[in-house]
Amino acid sequence: MDVIGKSIVRKEAQDKVTGRAKYTHDYHSGAMLSGKIVISPYGHAKIMKIDTTEARKMSGVRAILAGEHFPLTGEDIRDRPPLAVDKVRYHGEAVALVVADTPAQAKKAADRIKIQYELLPVVHSPTQAFQKDAPLVHERLGEYTKENATPVPGTNIATHIKIRKGNMEKGWAESVTTVEADFSFAPSDHAAMETRCSTAEILPDGTIKIMTSSQAPFMVKQLIASYFNEDIGKIIVETPLVGGAFGGKASVQLEILAYLGSKAVGGLPVKILNTREEDILTSPCHIGLDAKIKFGADRQGKIKIANIRYLWDGGAYSDKAIDLTRAGAVDCTGPYNIENLWCDSYCMYTNHPYASPFRGFSHSELSFAIERTMDLLAEKLQIDPLELRLRNAIKQGDTTPTRVLLNKSNVGNLQKCIERLRELIRWDEGQMEEINDRFIRVKGISCSWKTSTIEPNASSGVILIFNRDGSINVMSGVVEIGTGTKTVLAQILAERLQMDVDKIHVRMEVDTQTTPEHWKTVASRGIYMAGRALLKAADDVINQLKEMASIVLRAPKEDLKVAESRVFLRDNPAIGLDFADICYGYQYPNGNSIGGQIIGKGNFILRHLSFLDPETGAGKPGPEWTVAAYGVEVEFDRRDYTYRLVKAVTVVDIGTVLNKKAALGQVMGAMSMGLAFAGRETFYFDKYGRVLNPQLRTYRPLRYGENPEYLVDFVLTPDLEAPYGARGVGEHGVLGMPAALGNALSVASGVSLHRLPLIPELIWKTKGGSGNATV
Amino acid sequence: MKMQIIDLHVNGTLRTVTVRFADTLLYAIRGKLGLTGAKPGCLNGDCGACTVNVDGWPMKSCLMLAIEAVGKNVTTIEGLKNTSIQQAFIENFAFQCGYCTPGFIMNCHSLILKHPDADDETIKEWLESNICRCTGYAEIEKAVKSVLEKK
Repeated sequence: MDVIGKSIVRKEAQDKVTGRAKYTHDYHSGAMLSGKIVISPYGHAKIMKIDTTEARKMSGVRAILAGEHFPLTGEDIRDRPPLAVDKVRYHGEAVALVVADTPAQAKKAADRIKIQYELLPVVHSPTQAFQKDAPLVHERLGEYTKENATPVPGTNIATHIKIRKGNMEKGWAESVTTVEADFSFAPSDHAAMETRCSTAEILPDGTIKIMTSSQAPFMVKQLIASYFNEDIGKIIVETPLVGGAFGGKASVQLEILAYLGSKAVGGLPVKILNTREEDILTSPCHIGLDAKIKFGADRQGKIKIANIRYLWDGGAYSDKAIDLTRAGAVDCTGPYNIENLWCDSYCMYTNHPYASPFRGFSHSELSFAIERTMDLLAEKLQIDPLELRLRNAIKQGDTTPTRVLLNKSNVGNLQKCIERLRELIRWDEGQMEEINDRFIRVKGISCSWKTSTIEPNASSGVILIFNRDGSINVMSGVVEIGTGTKTVLAQILAERLQMDVDKIHVRMEVDTQTTPEHWKTVASRGIYMAGRALLKAADDVINQLKEMASIVLRAPKEDLKVAESRVFLRDNPAIGLDFADICYGYQYPNGNSIGGQIIGKGNFILRHLSFLDPETGAGKPGPEWTVAAYGVEVEFDRRDYTYRLVKAVTVVDIGTVLNKKAALGQVMGAMSMGLAFAGRETFYFDKYGRVLNPQLRTYRPLRYGENPEYLVDFVLTPDLEAPYGARGVGEHGVLGMPAALGNALSVASGVSLHRLPLIPELIWKTKGGSGNATV
Repeated sequence: MKMQIIDLHVNGTLRTVTVRFADTLLYAIRGKLGLTGAKPGCLNGDCGACTVNVDGWPMKSCLMLAIEAVGKNVTTIEGLKNTSIQQAFIENFAFQCGYCTPGFIMNCHSLILKHPDADDETIKEWLESNICRCTGYAEIEKAVKSVLEKK
């Protein structure tokens, strides 16, 4: 059979090229009402008055929610009112919700709501937020309900994660050289092509039905039950196909508003569809960071010590930023063995849109800071940057910042990745090539590692049910967000049962009432967790098939084998039964029947994960570390500092390739996203904390033809615990791109670049340009 | 609210719909005709997810009023049957989440008909009007070129 590794076409491919694939907004009934959010026009302001008189008189208006104290929401700290009361804390925050018969009526009424604000001083950055005299984003921080977070009342600190390892005095004493640098970038956006959309309906018996474009339908269920004291068994969340997510749809926000909207109109169905502007402003964004890195190294370039401070821009509400802050701490050093380490990772409140996860979960962000510092260290020591990385690369026998001992299975082979990168980017031919007196071609490199930092008790389940023809339906709570995970699950099952993958059907939609839970479709953990659950379910199915066949064939179970949709005698394959003969029980010639439909089940929970020690950070955050090495080559114009992306390289230790084209697609797509984040994507704020570019015209992802040539290769160091040895790979193409581009452009321009995005203007300013200088 | 009854030629069929003057073609084909293949992505002409064909040319249906489409031939992704560009998208893994795919395919379909010998520059000029956030465009390039080469 050997279906592992093959580029099996995704199961929903036909639907997606014919327009039949359905996303949340494509489900619509005539009775569905429309919800429209009224958003805050300022970053920080007191709400003085909300006047809805005129809006309520508008035709089609069913309800207006504003100024009401609903229960506070938020994952680790309950700090966020679903609709702002008393004050607004970010531009785009939901202040009121109009429910009307049609989208046009809802919009018209929303425009008639008059809100008076009084401006408050704005917290513009996590560094400003950290200062003692900074304005407070949350005055009552001490009163919030919290878990797994350490907010400091009277400050803007939402949580503080400490990593303390080794002996700092010894580390500094062993160092002959130190480098110290600051890095900074503002929040940005995921810009998934499908804007977020949620519908809610409350049936007369109290059943709450929600449909939502989410990576976390099971969290929606759990959180709505918890926030509003609803019966969890009465909440059913459906998620059809999702039009891109990248972490942005792992947060629970619109679902809450749709639920409140429906409640306000007697349970009638209400839909809220974000406009692009709302999707960028109101819904959570990609986190920003201010980082301070200090490394000490010996003469050979061996890094002896690191002192790191991350100030994460959690924005107005902490929500997932608490976890992002933790994830940034556990892999804070990048993929290098540094024995003496002090890291403070703070989640800061600011008056920016609040953060949700972003592909890579803090790792592309911290990698920019760490990998730029690596290049600064290489320059100072006059060591080749690639050589410096090789000398410090993490490997088995080393420990991570949170003191997890690495072995041959739980970490990939970074040295091999770096060596392959050396070949692919032709590193030995030189980092810079002069084309003419204006253009040069320059290369930059970087490395990354990443583990998942998810709940230690996050679980995944799979159910397999047979059809009468012997084909199998796979039910998993993994959301098809574009990664093709569910097709790969079919491949894994086909491999385990040695059957035709076309005879395996996958249910793409998730509904939380009938689909077994997969905690969240995040953290590159779909294949690992759902795959393990699936293998268990497959073994369950094999056992049941053999049991039935053993009775019918009058042979011991141990003598039977399963392959090609049959159960047969190992030594005489001619004697056997087709799945179709036994998967719904077996009927003897006289009509007597035994057994019944075969239903396989399997579940999985990651082994031995633990909470981090609050004082030292010691603990096991995730099961394995995927490592990768990256390169970017640009053609740089020395006259105006513009540049063209020529080549981008990623070499990632993927363990095993499960579906070649799908894996390549994940990596290339992530690289494209990382290059756009690095090179152009950011929110531009004004003095009121307003985002000035909330449109795809002014916030520009990469477009066709702007992409580089992609060179992707895989190193294969199997993870012994993962299905067929495969490591997580959905996020990793992003991680090293900002740093590799930053390193290339720093060499090209001759100045050290410390901010993102890497636009020509930044280079010009860093080179000392100012005022109205003409290019 | 002023409504208007209009006839639209969509996918070879004459369809009668009631629309507001302000309703976009996108709103009408999705909301009134149930053709949800064209997607809203920005309602501003920036992303191309709503691209359909109007008299053979790609058109962002969020930028055209429904009433402007009267008397014109509109083709949506649902109107394409087994075209080589659809097949090429599948074979080359030219989509992941699939949300931008109908728009991209409609754009590519027109490109192939209007410029069967399109060079790199022409392809870029046409396809840069759509955004795909999942792929890095390499697979889309392969897909469209594979069809052009066959022509």
